[in-house]
Amino acid sequence: MTAMCDVAFLLLTFFMLTTKFKPDEPVVVDTPSSISETKLPDVDILTISIDKDGRVFFGVDGQFVREAVLQFMSDRYGIAFTPKQQKEFSLMSSFGVPIANLPQILDMTPGQRNSVAQPGIPLDSAKNELRDWVQYTRYANTKCRIAVKGDQQAGFEVANKVILTLQDLNINKFNLITDLEARPKSL
Amino acid sequence: MAEVDTGGGKKVSTKVDMTPMVDLAFLLVTFFMLTTTFSKPQTMEINMPDKTKDNETMKVKESRTLSLVMTKDDKIYYYQGVEDPVLEQTDFSPNGIRKVLLKKKKEIMASTGEGPIVVIKSKKDARYGNLVDILDEMSITGIEIYALVDITPEDEQLVEKAEAQQK
Repeated sequence: MTAMCDVAFLLLTFFMLTTKFKPDEPVVVDTPSSISETKLPDVDILTISIDKDGRVFFGVDGQFVREAVLQFMSDRYGIAFTPKQQKEFSLMSSFGVPIANLPQILDMTPGQRNSVAQPGIPLDSAKNELRDWVQYTRYANTKCRIAVKGDQQAGFEVANKVILTLQDLNINKFNLITDLEARPKSL
Repeated sequence: MAEVDTGGGKKVSTKVDMTPMVDLAFLLVTFFMLTTTFSKPQTMEINMPDKTKDNETMKVKESRTLSLVMTKDDKIYYYQGVEDPVLEQTDFSPNGIRKVLLKKKKEIMASTGEGPIVVIKSKKDARYGNLVDILDEMSITGIEIYALVDITPEDEQLVEKAEAQQK
C-alpha cells in the first residue's frame, strides 16, 4: 500500500507545480458564441472586459508589466502609490475603477474588492482613461495583443467606444473573445 | 463422525487484495490526464481600417453593396445599393439574415460576376452580441469583403420611418 501512497503524492506534487489558479475576476462576462476556432494565447495579452451594464474592466498578464504600467499612470495622473499598493496592483488580474479611486481599491483585501461594485474605467471623450492604460501597457510590453471580452448583452455604444479608442491608438488588429459554437452544417 | 482438520490452528487471512482496483484507478487517471486539455477561450480576429490615413474611399460598384443596419431587439434592416433604398427587415434566426445573405450573394455574383460587399452599420440600441453574430454570419456565409462603419443620419431616418410604419 505504501507504493500507492507514494504515487498519489507524486501526482499531487505534479499538479501543484504545473497548474495555476483561475484568476479571480471582479465581474462575470457572458461572451457571445461564434464559429471561430482561433485560440487565445496565454501570455502577453491585454484584456478589456465589457460587462452587460457597459462597465469597462482592464487586465494585463505579467507582474512586471503591471508594475511598469502603474508607474507610467502614476506619473501621468500625479497620483502616488505606496510600495504596498504597487505590490497589490501587480498581483491583481483585472480591475475597473477610475484612477482616482485606485489607491482605495488597492488597500482593500481581495474579498472586499469582489464585494464592492467597481464602476468601470471611464472612457468618455473628455476623460478617456482606458486610452492611457492601453497606451502605457504597449510601452511596457510591445508584444502585447489586445483582446476584447464583451458580454452578449452589452450595449453596442460602449463596444464602439472601445473600438474607437483602440483605433485612436493605431491598434487596428485585435481579438474578440467568444465561446465556441458548431459551424452550421447545411447552408 | 467427520473431523474438521484445520492443521493445528493455522489462521486464514481475511484481507482482500486491492491491487486490481488500484490498477484500474491509475489507468483511468492516466487516460484523463492524456485526453483532456484546459479549455482556452476562443477568439475572433478583427482588422479595422487605419483611421489616420486620408479618407480614400474605395470606389466600388454600387450594385455590389448590401447595407445592414442593426437595431434593438436583434432586428436587422437591409437594403441594396445606395440610391433609393428599400428597407427590408430580418433577424438573427436561422431563417433570417443567413438566408438573405446567401441569396444576395448569389444574385450579386450572377449580375456582376464579383462577390458582394457588405456594409455593416449599427444603431446605438443594438447589442455587442449582435456585432459578434453578424461578423460570425460573414464567416459562415463566406462573404469576404465587409466593413464596419458609423451609421449615417440618412440611415437613421430610414430606420425610424420603417419602424414608425410598423406601429
